[in-house]
Parts: sequence; C-alpha cells; structure tokens
Amino acid sequence: MEDPRPLLRVGALAKSFGANAVLRGIDLDVRRGERIAILGASGSGKSTLLRCLNFMEIPGSGTIELDGVVLGRPAAGGARAYREPELVPVRQRIGMVFQQFNLFPHMTALGNVMEGPRVVRRMPAAEARDRALAELARVGLAEKADAYPAHLSGGQKQRVAIARALAMDPEVLLFDEPTSSLDPELVGEVLGTIQSLAREGRTMLLVTHELGFAYHVATRVLFLADGRILEQGTPDEVLKAPRMERTRAFIARHQEFRL
Amino acid sequence: MYRWDFAPVLAHADLLAAGLLNTLRVTGTALVVGVALGLALALLRLSRRRLASWPAGFVIEVFRTTPPLVQLFWFYFALPLVAGIEMTPFMAAATTFSIQSAAFFAEVFRAGIASVERGQWEAARAIGMTRPQALRRVVLPQAVKRMIPAFMERAIELMKTTTLVATISYADLLYAANEISQRSFRPLEAFTVAALAYFVVIFAASQAARRVERRLAASGDSTVR
Amino acid sequence: MGHRWDFASVLDNHEALLAGAAGTLRLFAICLALGLALGLLVGLARSARSAWIRLPAGAFVEFFRNTPVLVQILWFYFALPILLPFEVGKLAAAALGISLNSAAFSGEIFRGGIQSIEPGQWEGARAIGMTPAQAMRRVILPQAVRRMLPALTNRAIEIFKMTTLASAIAYVELLQQGRLIASLNFNPIEAYTAIAILFFCCLWPLVRLTYFLERRLARSD
Ligand SMILES: Nc1ncnc2c1ncn2[C@@H]1O[C@H](COP(=O)(O)OP(=O)(O)OP(=O)(O)O)[C@@H](O)[C@H]1O
Ligand SMILES: [Mg+2]
Repeated sequence: MEDPRPLLRVGALAKSFGANAVLRGIDLDVRRGERIAILGASGSGKSTLLRCLNFMEIPGSGTIELDGVVLGRPAAGGARAYREPELVPVRQRIGMVFQQFNLFPHMTALGNVMEGPRVVRRMPAAEARDRALAELARVGLAEKADAYPAHLSGGQKQRVAIARALAMDPEVLLFDEPTSSLDPELVGEVLGTIQSLAREGRTMLLVTHELGFAYHVATRVLFLADGRILEQGTPDEVLKAPRMERTRAFIARHQEFRL
Repeated sequence: MYRWDFAPVLAHADLLAAGLLNTLRVTGTALVVGVALGLALALLRLSRRRLASWPAGFVIEVFRTTPPLVQLFWFYFALPLVAGIEMTPFMAAATTFSIQSAAFFAEVFRAGIASVERGQWEAARAIGMTRPQALRRVVLPQAVKRMIPAFMERAIELMKTTTLVATISYADLLYAANEISQRSFRPLEAFTVAALAYFVVIFAASQAARRVERRLAASGDSTVR
Repeated sequence: MGHRWDFASVLDNHEALLAGAAGTLRLFAICLALGLALGLLVGLARSARSAWIRLPAGAFVEFFRNTPVLVQILWFYFALPILLPFEVGKLAAAALGISLNSAAFSGEIFRGGIQSIEPGQWEGARAIGMTPAQAMRRVILPQAVRRMLPALTNRAIEIFKMTTLASAIAYVELLQQGRLIASLNFNPIEAYTAIAILFFCCLWPLVRLTYFLERRLARSD
C-alpha cells in the first residue's frame, strides 16, 4: 500500500556561505505522510537545510529530487544550475512557514491567504475567496478574515501564515521554528494547529526547540551537527535514548529549566 | 523713497496666469513621465544583469550630478542637431525634466524597494510567486507607501526647477514676469509678484506634503528618504 | 546621427573656459561659505528659546525654501537695485540668491543635527559648569556636524549646480562661457557636451564622498 518512492530525496546536499561550510553532505529521504523534526544547536544549519529544500537558498552541491524528478541540471564543479521557471512550480508544491510569519502587512488575513490561489494559481476571485475562508476556518480564524496583520496577535499571525501556505495545496510543509518568536502563552495555539495538520497525515519537516512537541508529533527525529545528520531515528530512540554524546548533551540542556 | 505701484503689473494678470499654467504643465508632464521612467530605471538598476544595471546607473548618476540648466541647454540646443529633430522649448523642458526627475525618482524607488524586508520577498516566493509577481503584489505596494514623502519633496523641487525653462523662452510664470517687467518698466513689482506667486503655490504644496508625512508617521509606518 | 564630433573647436577657446571656471569657482566658494555660515546662524536661531528669534528665522526658512532660486536671483538683480541707492552687480545678485537659499536649506540641516543630540549631552556639559554657548561649541556641534556631514556635502553639490543659474543674468561662469563658445563657433553640441562633462567631473568625486559618508554614518549608528 505504501508508496515505495520517497516524495523528497536529498542527496549529498552541501551549502557554504563564503568560507563557512554550513551543510556538508545531507542525505535524507522523506516519504509521504512522514513528519520529521529537525533538532540541532543554533547555527548548525537547520534553517539552511529547510531553505534549500524550497530553494530560498540555492544549494551549493548535491541533489534534490521531488517525486522522482531530480531538480536542476548539472553544472561545472559538481554543482547544479537551477533556473527560476523550474523553481517556481517546485515552491508551490513545498509550502513554508517562517519564524517571523512574514505576513503581507498591506493585505488583510483573507487577502494574505487568497494571494497565492489568486495570483499564482490564477483562480477566479470568488473561488479563491471561498478557498481562503476555508483555510482560515481550518486554523480557527474565520472571524479574523478582515483584520490586518498589525491587529493580530503573534499566534494569530502565525496561524494565518499557516493558512496561507495551506491554500496552495502543498505536498510538503516546512516549518522553521514556527513558535520561536511567540510569547509563551501563544505557543500552544500554533502547536495545536500544527498537530491537527499532523493528524490529517500531511508530510512535514519541522525545525523546533519544543522537544515535547517533537516527541508527540514527529514520526522521525533528526539531530544536525557540523552540517551533517549526526543521529536520526524514532522520537523514542533519539529523544529518550540518544546514542551520541552531543545529542545527549543537547537534549539535557533543553530540559534543564523544565519543571 | 520708492513708490510701489502694482497696478501696471496686475494689468497683465492674464499673462501671469497663463505662465503659471505653463509652469504646472511642465511640472505635471515631468512628474508623470518621471515616475514611470524612474520605476523602470530603478528596476533596471536593481537587475542582476550588468548589461541592464550598468547603463541605468550611468543615466541616473549623470542626471543627478550635472546641473539641470546644463541639461536643459543640451537638450534644447545640442540634441536637435545631433538627432536632426525640431525641439520646441516645451519639448526640451519636458524631456529634460522628465529624465532628470526619473533619475531622482529611481533612487527613491530603489531605496523604497530595498527597505522592504527580505522576509516579504521570501514569503511571496514561498507561495510560488515569480519575481515580477512578488515585486508587483507584495514589495512595491509596501515600498510606495514609504516613498510618499520623498516623492512629494521631489515633486516640489521639480516645480522650482521648472523656472529654468524661462531661459529658453518658454512662457512660464517667471518668463511672464520678465516680460511684464520689460513692458511696464516695473521690475520690482513684477518680480515680487512672481516670487510671491511661486511662494504661495509651493508653500501650499509643502504644507500638504507635511500633513501627509505627519499622518504617515502617526500611523507608525516607516518612510525612506 | 551622422554628426562628426569636433571638440577641438571647444578646446581652442580654453581661455574663455578658464575664465568661466574661475567665475564658477568664485561664486561657489562665496555661496558655500556664506550659505553654511548663515545656515548655522539660522539653525541656531531656529533652536532658540525666544520666539522673537525663532519665528523670524522660521519665516526666512519657509520663504527661501519655497521659492525657486532663479526667481530670487532675478529679483536681487532686477528688483532690489530699485530699492537701493547703488547698483547690484551680477556676482552680488547671484551670490545673494544662492547663499540665502542655501542658508535656508542648511539651516534645517543644522537644526536637525543639533536636535538629534541626546539631552544627556547638554546635561553632561552643563554639569561640568559649561555655559550654553560653550556646551554648544565644544560638545553639541562637534557631534552634530559628524551626523550632518553627508547632508552638508549634498548641499555643497547642490550649490555647485546652482551656480549655473547665474548665467541667466550673464554672469561669467562655465555655462555662460559654453553658451558664448557655442554661438561664436556654431558648435552647440560639442560646447554643451563639454560643459556637461566638466561639471560631471567636478561633482562626481563629491557625490562619491557623500555616498561614502552616508555609508560610514549608517554603519556607526
Ligand atoms: N544568508 C546567509 N549568509 C551568510 N551566512 C549565513 C546565511 N544564512 C545563514 N548563514 C550562516 O549559516 C550558519 C547556519 O545558519 P542557520 O540559520 O541555518 O542555523 P540554524 O541551525 O537555523 O540556527 P538557529 O537555531 O539559530 O536558527 C550560521 O553560521 C549562519 O551565520
Ligand atoms: Mg534557524
């Protein structure tokens, strides 16, 4: 029954910023319905990895394969060349939710969510509107449709941002620390929204420092260090019985102040 | 003691009014063309292709760093010979001030576009927008709002600069004042009336601009210079 | 577009150009010095406590910022002498117009610069017993000038460009000489192109300097 071919396959992915080699060879298969939590110290390249997957950053070398198609074409020095027209549809299939929300401040919540269907998928206005309202209802914000981002709380903003990503029917959702810029009392509502998406069986990759959340939601946990995947496994394996010393230290540090 | 007498000057009020209208005509034309051309120049300058960004940068810098009167003379006296075309004073003025304000507006656009956070570009592209779509739908609307004060300031500067057209005998307000001064032998009154007329129009525009700027500042939106 | 460029016909008149350059530089130097000095006074007056000083300074700034320089120059040249018992020369009229206009603009720069200095600096200077004048001269202005430098160099560039307006009253400066050369040699293309290039070469270093100062200021803040 299960699709044997991974939806997303990353091979020997590397990325440097100048002399700073951030990713040094990442191999990763993502199957449909998988929910992968990515952990790692600050600066370990978690964001860079996610951003390479939807080409917010262009990978330095290695391959990214979406649904059996290797993206880009070979270029000099082991790198691959990517053309913008090829990447635009890929980004439509891979949604992203940012730490800073990045809502469009000059559009209402509804406008933000409609924008993709309307402008990118060229849906008729009425249809895009219905679709956007449905997505807002899914994240519990139907009554905020006409509010501008400036009048929404952080948690509400992030839920609108999630609705905006969902409105494009992405096959994979990338979350980069979706709750890190929220006040503690607002974290719950956003995690709740993500959890309900998990129950729908959506494929997602999630960078988070909420270990408890990762434990309950993820099907697999990766620990990134020095630009590589140092350890991976089920949440029980990685979070409860980490094999590597650095993973252990990281998890211990994240539980220090927990009551 | 000199006896002021405005009557001979005011007898030619129609000339002054026609002059003011011509001043506004040049200003309006240069403003409309300048904004459109300025946006085009800014986009070319921001382009990653050297072949586009370099010439745009050159035009912008040349028109920002040479005196407008030199530009005007060049377009009025030199260009017709180079290109083999006829130039009326209005055409020369409209061309010069359009390109010149385009150069200034281009820098305003560039600063405005650069002031929009990177996250806005990224969010737009993450929902699959192309670069032009992201620019048109997400970045420019935000940039333009921040540029409003700089735009208005530039428009006012432009109106002042248009007085230069009097030197190539275009019948603007200043030219009309000069005419009247010679006809009525009342230079003091003629130039004083002209100065006051300019002051009233430009001061009103400045006040309006200031009010808009204050309102923008009160709404908490940032602006660019 | 088949024009054969012939810059020799311009260079043959290098003496006229030199005279023009001297006129441009003389006018520029006068207007820069006068404009900035008066501007400082206006800026201080605009920051004064007494309304008797503040309001006239404000009116001066509003008037000169909101009228075109060319109108001012023509007014000083054609209109002012009627009120005065003596002639107003071309240099004087042009210098008056440009300097007063620049004083109004740089006055605003000085005022903004002075106001941008935190009140703590005033208090610190007063606390060690400085008079307000001493505090202004020794503590506030040195810091303010640093912040105002990009805007002031920009003003200098504007003044340099404005000197061409003196040609409207036939003051001998570069553009006026370009006009003369063009009419004597029937070579307006080369004459005006040469003048444009000359101005560009004079001003481009100043523009680069402004960019540099702006960047430095942006970094240090
Ligand atoms: N656009 C960029 N230009 C230069 N260096 C960058 C850029 N983006 C990231 N880096 C560098 O790459 C390294 C990894 O950054 P990344 O944001 O991927 O880390 P992270 O694991 O997401 O950290 P955090 O937990 O702090 O978000 C850091 O050293 C960072 O300074
Ligand atoms: Mg990160």
